[in-house]
Amino acid sequence: MVEELMSPGTRTCAGCGAVLAARLVLKATGKDVIICESTGCMEVTSTQYPTTAWKVPWIHVLFENPASVAAGVKAALEAQSNDHTQVIAYGGDGGIVDIGFGAVSGALERNDDIMIITYDNEAYANTGVQRSGATPFGASATTTPAGLESIGKKQWKKNIPMIAVAHGSKYVATASIGYPQDLMNKVKKAMKVKGTRYLHIHTPCPVGWGFDSSETIQIAKLAVQTGMWMLYEIEDGKFKMTMKPELKPVDEYLKMQKRFKHLKDDTIKIIQDHIDKTWKELDNLEKSGVNLRTIL
Amino acid sequence: MVRKLMEGSEFVSEAVRLCRPDLVSAYPITPQTHIVESLAKLKADGKIDAKFLEVESEFSAMSSVVGAVAACSRAFTATSSQGLALMHEVLFAASGLRLPVVMIVANRALSAPINIWNDHSDTMAERDSGWIQLYAENIQEVIDTLIQAYRIAEDNRVLLPVMVCMDGFILTHTIEPADLPDQKEVDEFLPKYKPTHAVLDPERPMTLGPFAYPEPYFELRKELSKAVDDSKEVISEVNDKFAKKFGRKYGNGLIEEYKNDRKIAIIGLGSVCGTLREVVDKRKDTGLVKIKCYRPLPKEDLNKALKRKKIVIVLEKAVAIGLGSGPVFAEIRDLLYSVKERPKIINAIAGLGGVDIRIKDVNALIDESKNMKDGEVRWLKS
Repeated sequence: MVEELMSPGTRTCAGCGAVLAARLVLKATGKDVIICESTGCMEVTSTQYPTTAWKVPWIHVLFENPASVAAGVKAALEAQSNDHTQVIAYGGDGGIVDIGFGAVSGALERNDDIMIITYDNEAYANTGVQRSGATPFGASATTTPAGLESIGKKQWKKNIPMIAVAHGSKYVATASIGYPQDLMNKVKKAMKVKGTRYLHIHTPCPVGWGFDSSETIQIAKLAVQTGMWMLYEIEDGKFKMTMKPELKPVDEYLKMQKRFKHLKDDTIKIIQDHIDKTWKELDNLEKSGVNLRTIL
Repeated sequence: MVRKLMEGSEFVSEAVRLCRPDLVSAYPITPQTHIVESLAKLKADGKIDAKFLEVESEFSAMSSVVGAVAACSRAFTATSSQGLALMHEVLFAASGLRLPVVMIVANRALSAPINIWNDHSDTMAERDSGWIQLYAENIQEVIDTLIQAYRIAEDNRVLLPVMVCMDGFILTHTIEPADLPDQKEVDEFLPKYKPTHAVLDPERPMTLGPFAYPEPYFELRKELSKAVDDSKEVISEVNDKFAKKFGRKYGNGLIEEYKNDRKIAIIGLGSVCGTLREVVDKRKDTGLVKIKCYRPLPKEDLNKALKRKKIVIVLEKAVAIGLGSGPVFAEIRDLLYSVKERPKIINAIAGLGGVDIRIKDVNALIDESKNMKDGEVRWLKS
């Protein structure tokens, strides 16, 4: 039995996907790790002073700087001749994908020896579910609400994993809390690589997305099974799908969530077409054997 | 100890080397650039052991040194003006986390309009950030203050970040002779940083930077404020210990009085004190009170140095916009409020954006001060 390094009783909402991601990541890393966390859901719910849920060293400085804090921590460890402790910059899609992206890009470009992990709940959930760069097309968020003249968010999800590869990262992967073994395997694999590694974890949010707290895992799995979230890894530039389900119609996923309830058939078709196209392109990419680190 | 002739920025890089940081992380900005370039050269030539991070912004520079100090290392960064403004958010976190980060600020005006020359707008804007602020008059004082800064910051009774302020160009780009202490002596003066209050170490798991509800937040801010106030004692003590070891002393480490037995006192911070010494030397009515430590404000020492004066002139290179005066003036006036027969106090805002502060202008100001109204603010421009 792997030791639990995340205490039970955090103040997350019932059915929170993000806290599950944190727990699984720590199961994979073990104790020899330092977490540098961004401001966000996980930070406020797990560290209410003077209590903490973290049984590993953990620091939160600000919203937009976990990657540069982690770079500093790693530099200190190197100076102290510690070559074993894993340093992880950990944040939500707000902290990593948007406001903290400058620091993420800086770390990736310098190839600082850290792992960067996004727990992606596809909105600024902590401040009341405003849209983020990772919010999917068509989702209603509190700053892009659906309405008579609005389909919700008008842009597609920002693709940070590919942006990480374009920086030359030697290990990039996507994961989902719906597939815990795959997630932990990817963390373990990332730990063996030197340089900046990037892991993007899909973490459904019952409150933000509008589904019952008992359905978190089901939703997470369905995202992968419909192609709304694709599981892959890019090792040394080589792209590989790590899960290739027979894709279910995206409607099955969308209809379970309040954030997509307003979508009409024509918009759902746009989403379905986008998935089909992306799926095909990624399949071609995998078969081609093209090295993304070389061409990007 | 060796006497050398070098540019101020080169001296800073040598002083940094003597302090043995584990990490140097900085983003270049005029007029701090020569400091990072000199350090990079030392690194390229194998003369400094520190790790270097060529960060993509000042925001990340400060964030990374915060990370390194939390991971039990000593770290160094330097910035200026807009760079310091970009660090603003991290500054408050560094002090709130009680991490003894040390930084050099090459003082420079803030935009807009953009201007690369010296004044104190940048550091004055950070006076409430919970950092200790020490201002240096010349290059020797920068070297000595930097070495002292680590000792002050890392003292168990302090555990606060320190910014050492040196005037951009005037000190960073000037070639001056100065004494560079020996490594052995600095090592003796500056023991290794071994924290217990805030550490990132898998052997001692600790949560740093948690979320706090109103009551604990209130208490922690009160404690931080008190810690900054209480650091005065250690700053003075370190000044004394430094004097014993290296033979140089800067007043009591908080303020420095020069010929301050006269009816008029002129107050200054940083390199302008060199000009003010010249002024004072040629007059019989005016003495100098130099504020070396601006945060914490050495209220008792200033009160003692100023209370029997006829006139106090605060000459400063910053303006508190909306207050109509300089920030230092407002604070000095505040602390003299309780003095029974308080002196007339006037303010000169000078040198903004690098405007020269000339001896004859200061003399004219002192002459006119006798006819100026209490509280009057003069914009001193040649």
